[in-house]
Amino acid sequence: MRSDGRQGASRALKSAAIAGMAFLHVPMLFIVMYAFSSEDQTYIFPPPGFTTKWFGVAWERPDVWQAIELSLQVAVVSTALAIVLGTLAALALARARFFGREAISLLLVLPIALPGIVTGIALRSAYGLAEIPFGFWTIVVGHATFCVVVVFNNAVARLRRTSPSLIEASMDLGADGFQTLRYVLLPNLGTALLAGGMLAFALSFDEVIVTTFTAGQQTTLPIWMLQELVRPRQRPVTNVVAVVIVALTFLPILAAYYLTRGDEHASGGRR
Amino acid sequence: MSALLAAAAAPAGPLRWLSSFLYNRRGLYLALLLAPPLFWLGVVYCGSLLSLLASSFFGMDEFTGMIRREFTLRNFVDLAAPANLDVIVRTVAMATAVTLGCAVIGFPIAYYMARYTRGALRAAFYLGVMLPLWSSYLVRVYAWKLLLAKEGVVNWVFAQTGMSWLLEALLSVPVIGGPSLSISTLGTFIVFVYIWLPFMILPIQAALERVPQSLLDASADLGARDTATFWKVIFPLALPGIVAGSIFTFSLTLGDYIIPGIIGDSSMFIGQVVFLQQGTAGNVPLAAAFTIVPIAVMAVYLTVAKRMGAFDAL
Repeated sequence: MRSDGRQGASRALKSAAIAGMAFLHVPMLFIVMYAFSSEDQTYIFPPPGFTTKWFGVAWERPDVWQAIELSLQVAVVSTALAIVLGTLAALALARARFFGREAISLLLVLPIALPGIVTGIALRSAYGLAEIPFGFWTIVVGHATFCVVVVFNNAVARLRRTSPSLIEASMDLGADGFQTLRYVLLPNLGTALLAGGMLAFALSFDEVIVTTFTAGQQTTLPIWMLQELVRPRQRPVTNVVAVVIVALTFLPILAAYYLTRGDEHASGGRR
Repeated sequence: MSALLAAAAAPAGPLRWLSSFLYNRRGLYLALLLAPPLFWLGVVYCGSLLSLLASSFFGMDEFTGMIRREFTLRNFVDLAAPANLDVIVRTVAMATAVTLGCAVIGFPIAYYMARYTRGALRAAFYLGVMLPLWSSYLVRVYAWKLLLAKEGVVNWVFAQTGMSWLLEALLSVPVIGGPSLSISTLGTFIVFVYIWLPFMILPIQAALERVPQSLLDASADLGARDTATFWKVIFPLALPGIVAGSIFTFSLTLGDYIIPGIIGDSSMFIGQVVFLQQGTAGNVPLAAAFTIVPIAVMAVYLTVAKRMGAFDAL
């Protein structure tokens, strides 16, 4: 049963832990409930009735579809960029020891260690100075910047777990560096990269703070959501979109968890 | 494996030559690997940060609203104006309160997870903390807009249990109160704690998991009761984890401008001022100077945290 401790958790500890977990999760259940509420003006509880008609209404909304499409495009491109950059950095930093290594590690973490607003306004002021017009690519640059570290963390954890003797064996058997990469390292890294990519995708799909600074007139799904939060137009549609966002980000995160279970919680933190 | 052998048997080509060339020049190999990520983060990202730093020293022409690219300390003098100092103090106080709140709620969860769960239950707890960490920031804020609304769930629960007087008493407290929970500083606090809580739980849990059972056995053998063991052995070893978690809760609260804009009264936080200054007011230099505040606060915080060994717990 328990690994340690001669007695179980005290009742107070157990209830504090359960209450804390409830605090973390119960609010999300209400989001799902409100998506089915028949009330469309207020957030009245308990709802007067339940209906599925808002899903149909949301389905017909072109602005929602455009926002979803843009968010998907941004997330896919930023994730692809992050996978390339994060893997390169991981291959270089996983085992080598050299001067400046710590500085580079710090540099990789910086975009998520600093508050998002700093990253956002820094990029915005740089675009301003360089007179780059806002558009799809300015959003992608912002997202890729904080997605790199996610892929890097996953890849580096897997590389450190991969025995160096595998690489030596491959070289001893006559493979060159590229063949070792192709037939030994990448197959080993595969699921870690997939997991890192999924987390990066979820992070990008959901990001709003940096995006508000780096998007011009474009509306990603979180920006659409933010506009609705500040100035509600049709609350039931917002409720439905909220449920869609939850579903679209939960699935990749769950998948990432199952892909990296052995890697010392590699995917477990934005660190 | 046969693919590997077949590939290895292939005649030497330019790739193979390049491979051995790089193998003998470790430094060049590392430099080639690092060049693209370093270009991105070192040049593009750090360049942006430096341009932000630079623009905090630029001036604004008050008549034309144009940014003048000449050195001035005006923006930092402006920061010390009472209204702006007020914003800074409010934000730092909120970040401190949120950090304490997260530690108090997060510790029991982390402790229970680390010491009393195994197998499937632990995986469930772990996922339960990780999912909210990674997903749906805005939706989770939105959930509280629903819950805290005047006609919403929280008020309903207070009314059903006959505790409305308690809620009203809380809301009538000056500074933290307001007309309803969704328009009060208390509401802002609750939402901040809710959103950043996972960032506190995971480092504490990681720190507690590393406490070896033998230490606890030794403490018990030496005659310490459970409370003594907790305060003299477990808590000091968990402290780096708490400090590590507080780095996130503190930093994230300092920079957030969305939560106080959606849940809370009209009093401003640093993030909101930055957003307004660079947006509607168009005063990018002052906005840039404002972002130096969280960076400076975090630099001090990180230095202290490093002394306390928080980085080993990350």
